[in-house]
Amino acid sequence: MLLEALSLQMGYNATLVTIGACFLGVAAGVTGTFLYLRKRALVSDAISHATLPGVGAAFILMVMLGGDGRNLPVLLFGSAVSAGLGLLCVNWLTRQTRLAEDAAIGSVLSVFFGFGIVLLTIIQTMSAGRAAGLEGFLLGSTAGMLWNDAIVIVLSGAVTLALVLLLRRPMGLVAFDPEFAASSGVNIERVDLAIMGLVMAVTVVGLKIVGLILIVAMLIIPPVTARFWTDRTDRVALIAGFCGGAAAWIGAAISATAPALPTGPIIVLVSFAMFAVSMFLAPDRGVLAAFLRHQSFQKRVHLRQGLLALAQEQPIYETYTMRLLHRAGLALPDGVPTEAGKARAAKALRDEKRWQLVRADQSLESAAALYDGLREIETVLTTDQISEIDAQIGGPRGLSE
Amino acid sequence: MSVGLATNLGVAPVMQDAGASPLVVRGMTVSYGQKPVVFSVDMEIKNGSMTAIIGPNGAGKSTLLKAALGIVKPLAGDALVFGQPLRNQRSRIAYVPQRASVDWDFPTRVIDVVLMGLYRELGLLGRVRKGHIQKAMACLDRVGMTDFADRQIGQLSGGQQQRVFLSRALAQEAELYLLDEPFAGVDAATEKAIISVLKGLRDEGKTVVAVHHDLSTVGEYFDRVFLINTNKIAEGPVKETFTSENLDRTYGGRLATGQLDQLNLAAG
Repeated sequence: MLLEALSLQMGYNATLVTIGACFLGVAAGVTGTFLYLRKRALVSDAISHATLPGVGAAFILMVMLGGDGRNLPVLLFGSAVSAGLGLLCVNWLTRQTRLAEDAAIGSVLSVFFGFGIVLLTIIQTMSAGRAAGLEGFLLGSTAGMLWNDAIVIVLSGAVTLALVLLLRRPMGLVAFDPEFAASSGVNIERVDLAIMGLVMAVTVVGLKIVGLILIVAMLIIPPVTARFWTDRTDRVALIAGFCGGAAAWIGAAISATAPALPTGPIIVLVSFAMFAVSMFLAPDRGVLAAFLRHQSFQKRVHLRQGLLALAQEQPIYETYTMRLLHRAGLALPDGVPTEAGKARAAKALRDEKRWQLVRADQSLESAAALYDGLREIETVLTTDQISEIDAQIGGPRGLSE
Repeated sequence: MSVGLATNLGVAPVMQDAGASPLVVRGMTVSYGQKPVVFSVDMEIKNGSMTAIIGPNGAGKSTLLKAALGIVKPLAGDALVFGQPLRNQRSRIAYVPQRASVDWDFPTRVIDVVLMGLYRELGLLGRVRKGHIQKAMACLDRVGMTDFADRQIGQLSGGQQQRVFLSRALAQEAELYLLDEPFAGVDAATEKAIISVLKGLRDEGKTVVAVHHDLSTVGEYFDRVFLINTNKIAEGPVKETFTSENLDRTYGGRLATGQLDQLNLAAG
């Protein structure tokens, strides 16, 4: 059943939803990358909540003009206008008052959302309003999605994506180093406005599928997930787009398999699952990798300190150190070094002296940068370099063994 | 006349726009809120010079630079770059911001940062080609950082980060280099590397301006000083301007006499 859904064989509506969601997911992931890198993730929450009054107002206006009121492009246009107003309010409050951005976001978000709910309640009392289904914009409602709706979503998603690709360089530059960007002639305010405008476009496009409350998740979770896997901006955007698209495709497919599974929330949960896996298992920045790295680092530190203590005939107080030395066959349980232990200890001490010289030598800087108190000096220097250093240390101590 | 240019002897400075000073600031006032940080400051940077901008903390040194570059919007005043408004002259300026002004956990590698210096050359969609990479690597080489090209920037020490920033400015191939505290919190080796690059630039006829806070190295590193404490205090060759009276006026007596004695000040 799920396989059928994943391969778009669950019927007309499910296919429309899946394709639309996938486009939205890719656009949201890539756009969200720059929002996240600019450290303004929460602004998208204000933008999305500020869409609601626009939806309500557009509906009322259309009904008053004698129309149907449910025309999706008009509703989306209305939501874009009020989202834009919300964004301007956040910017204005942050710049012109002493309010910090988080406070401005909180105020704008709640006031716009509250006003939107009031409008929705009024619409409920209108004769044309009951069937409007506008509350579907809160959490998305894909059940009645039409061909035209899907076209609107796919096209605007594609345009948004193209614009992000066009502007990726200035957006990345501004996110990393706004002062340098400004000195190179980049108009920061305009680039910020572009980032926010693109986020707004994604939000509006996503209203029908995931709804305004959860769209933040589609903007933020994919780039955060992607960040675990790479240290390069372009790849973060690429992986975020992939994660966003995949999560949306899988989520839409899962929700198509049963009537009680809402599309938007399922997409968000799939997205979160990807995040969780990345957070734990990513090779470099993942939690597990960090934990193992710490464990092994601690072990090596103790072993090294133990060896240095043996070499200088100092007592070892820590039982963990003693246990490690004993287990490695370098010392007896009472702390007396074995022959192997003596040799290793002497080498550790000599390496320490070598490192001191390496670190004092500007010409060996890239090697010195690798110093962590543990690394074997042979892994960073050639034997020639080491014997040169030994010559500097001088005396039989440096050359013995 | 300007004895401070001793290291420049025998090298004819390249003349650009004959006569036009690389940077002229006129009546610049910048305020954060109601309190001016820089008040009605005039500045004229001489072609081919190395100028230190000096003053106490909060005296407006960095702000003056940022205002001259259009990074901060001034309340009044303007800046001319090689005799023309800034917007026509962006490509002739390179700027090195304070190291602490960016997030070093940002997902970018050393080489990518240097390539940012080619932003104006690459434009929106220009592809990064082999030639661009080679140019960036050459700039890294000038600060001794080629081995670090592929590292994520967060793995660098403070001094190495500063050198990467300088290398990005070199990639801009500018004529006027503005640096904000390039020596703040760097190791001695980096300081040496940076100053030798800056002197090299000066010897090529370029102009260097740096916000500087270590009074003991002013005479050794720079040939001109600009003293500021919200207002301009003095401007001129180190030998004539970097005097104990001027420093007293700049720091408002906050420098202990002992400190002043240790500086090899010009007899003033």
